[in-house]
Amino acid sequence: MLFAALGDATRLSLLRRLSVEGPLSITRLSEGTGVTRQAITKHLATLGSVGLVRHARRGREQVWELERKRLEKARAYLDHIAAQWDAAAARLKAFVEEG
Amino acid sequence: MSTDRIEKRVVLRAPRARVWRAISDAKEFGTWFRITLDGPFAAGRTVRGRVAIPGHEHLKVEMQIERIEPERYFSYRWHPYPKDPAQDYSGEPMTLVEFTLEEAEGGAGTALTIVESGFDRIPLARRAEAFRMNTEGWGGQIKNLAAYVS
Repeated sequence: MLFAALGDATRLSLLRRLSVEGPLSITRLSEGTGVTRQAITKHLATLGSVGLVRHARRGREQVWELERKRLEKARAYLDHIAAQWDAAAARLKAFVEEG
Repeated sequence: MSTDRIEKRVVLRAPRARVWRAISDAKEFGTWFRITLDGPFAAGRTVRGRVAIPGHEHLKVEMQIERIEPERYFSYRWHPYPKDPAQDYSGEPMTLVEFTLEEAEGGAGTALTIVESGFDRIPLARRAEAFRMNTEGWGGQIKNLAAYVS
């Protein structure tokens, strides 16, 4: 489940770093986090299973990178529903304030 | 950043009793929400209806009413918008929609909080489809209406 995959502080910070710094190795991703490499690997696998990140080779190094399209879709869905609630709330406001 | 819930808070310049009626009376709810419902709201009851927007009347709505606390709280479960009429949603998880009413600060009216939660359990395919439907105009329609009434 994509949204469940997003709902974790470590995973969100991994996504944020990949978004800002571009493709990174597991070693780089675990530096200074206080989280073990194994745990980072597990979180990346979770993110990978829902298509939010993918691994690639850069020279001899294995790196992880963001699947931007997928992330934008997930965000767009909630933004879309939130916009509908904004519109509904505006109609309710007009309805009770006029009547 | 929560991916599971959407929360909206709005202050309405109207007494609590008036806002409560607009939310808890199925006819009034349908008027501003733009749906036609087949009966009154009661805890435990399933209320069915159709979208009352020209060109979108084929879209069905089903609300499972959860809890009603007069002038304070109203909640129901449903399959979140937007929906494809050709799809069967009955086996999928629903989201919970909650309306909470309070006195606005300084007696300025009624503070209303709307929360929709449970998105983490909605299948990915459905979210992708909603995105597609949005770009094809359902969302645009809603925006036009909002602009029209405001």
